[in-house]
Amino acid sequence: MLGYGLGLLGLLFIGFIVVVAGWVILTYNGLVTLRNQLENAWSQIDVQLKRRYDLIPNLVEAVKDYMEYEQDVLTKVTEARAQAVSAQGPAEQAQADNMLTRALRSLFAVVENYPELKANENVLKLQEELTSTENRISFSRQFYNDTVMRFNTRLQTFPTNVIAGMLGFAAREFFETGNDAEREPVKVDLR
Amino acid sequence: MESRGLYGEIKANRRRSWFLAAGIGLLLALLGATLGAVWGDPLTGLVTAWAVAVVFLTITWYGGAQMTLAASDARPADPERDRVLINIVDEMSLASGLPRPDIFVIDDTAPNAFATGRDPQHAAIAVTRGLYQKLDRDELQGVIAHELSHIRNHDIRYTTLVAVSVGAIALLADLALRHMWWGGGPRRARNTGAGAIMVVVALLVAILAPISARLLQAAVSRRRETLADLSGAEMTRYPEALARALEKIAGDPEVLEVANRATAPLYIVDPIKEFEKRARGLLRTHPPTEERVARLRSLVLPDRRPGPS
Repeated sequence: MLGYGLGLLGLLFIGFIVVVAGWVILTYNGLVTLRNQLENAWSQIDVQLKRRYDLIPNLVEAVKDYMEYEQDVLTKVTEARAQAVSAQGPAEQAQADNMLTRALRSLFAVVENYPELKANENVLKLQEELTSTENRISFSRQFYNDTVMRFNTRLQTFPTNVIAGMLGFAAREFFETGNDAEREPVKVDLR
Repeated sequence: MESRGLYGEIKANRRRSWFLAAGIGLLLALLGATLGAVWGDPLTGLVTAWAVAVVFLTITWYGGAQMTLAASDARPADPERDRVLINIVDEMSLASGLPRPDIFVIDDTAPNAFATGRDPQHAAIAVTRGLYQKLDRDELQGVIAHELSHIRNHDIRYTTLVAVSVGAIALLADLALRHMWWGGGPRRARNTGAGAIMVVVALLVAILAPISARLLQAAVSRRRETLADLSGAEMTRYPEALARALEKIAGDPEVLEVANRATAPLYIVDPIKEFEKRARGLLRTHPPTEERVARLRSLVLPDRRPGPS
């Protein structure tokens, strides 16, 4: 009897251990997957920022002959780009990118005044690419923030919160531009 | 719509899909067994019905997307000419975290779009030239976000597989009805009372099975459309643009020539417009456009999207 009882208890205990271990493994793998998605989302932002830096020289090249009297606008764009490329650390980077967006916006505003530019196939193409890139930057940041929210929610809700800290996972911060006026994407409408 | 609620909805959707699959499997079994009983052996009938379905489904799993695209006269998007479309799909892929699907264009002036494929890694989006000429950039973004939501929610797989299963049921029922009509088959059975009852039951099943299958399909499809509207709006954070796009597509007088009964449920707005007018409630695969627009306009989305810095 006694032996049988111990056997049953033992079995229950082993079952309990197996269930807990399985849960820990599943939770750990789930969190790692989410964290990798986070890293990937973050690197997408960099890819899109770089795409923007690469497009700008082409745009400047395409418009500069038409815009003899607007040299300062072009200079501002080129300078802002150079600063953004060489920026160190996230804060400086964000600030430089803000400046670049503003500079581009004024460039597009100026382009509006030049009918030849508005009809130029090449300029139109570059504008579409830059518009799309601005969208990509903000959408990849949005996705990053969405993923941060899912990750943090997962970490902070029961039962994952019990072991997340022990497994070495910590909540992430949202990406903030720190500038509410810049929340709207650049609008370029040549129609 | 709050993000977690949306993910919850997606899970619920997955559960409903299993119910749908089980329902369709049962319908097939019932149809096969009843018809089998009339001609001899219920088990043979059941196995035949399932075998037909499995063959159909296997073909669809590997070739369904290509067949759908080919039937719709879709050709791959041109990197030069369709640049804006490709850019928008790229933007929305980033917003949703999905790999970029293959992009196709249908040369038709009626505005519409659909998504097809097996899973997010094997997915395609097709857009008519009319859509792209008649909508502005924001509206187009809304439509693409809706289609990408179908991909993310695995709707593309279920819609295609269910359409094929419903087709298989219709085909089997049709064959059986024809056979009974022309007096082939159960001569022996007809001479006994029980045999006569079996024939009546078989007739009823053959008539009712395809209808029930379509009702099931329509019910699940309507929910999926609604969910794709909501998660599409969450992707762009701009429900108004999708609402406007839906109004434009539904209000467009042109008829999409390449759409048919089989592909109609795939499109963002049901392209068979007369049907939409006649169909009341239950057989619709899409909720009424006004309802969808009103729901989108009532959304308040959290603005968690940081602008370009």
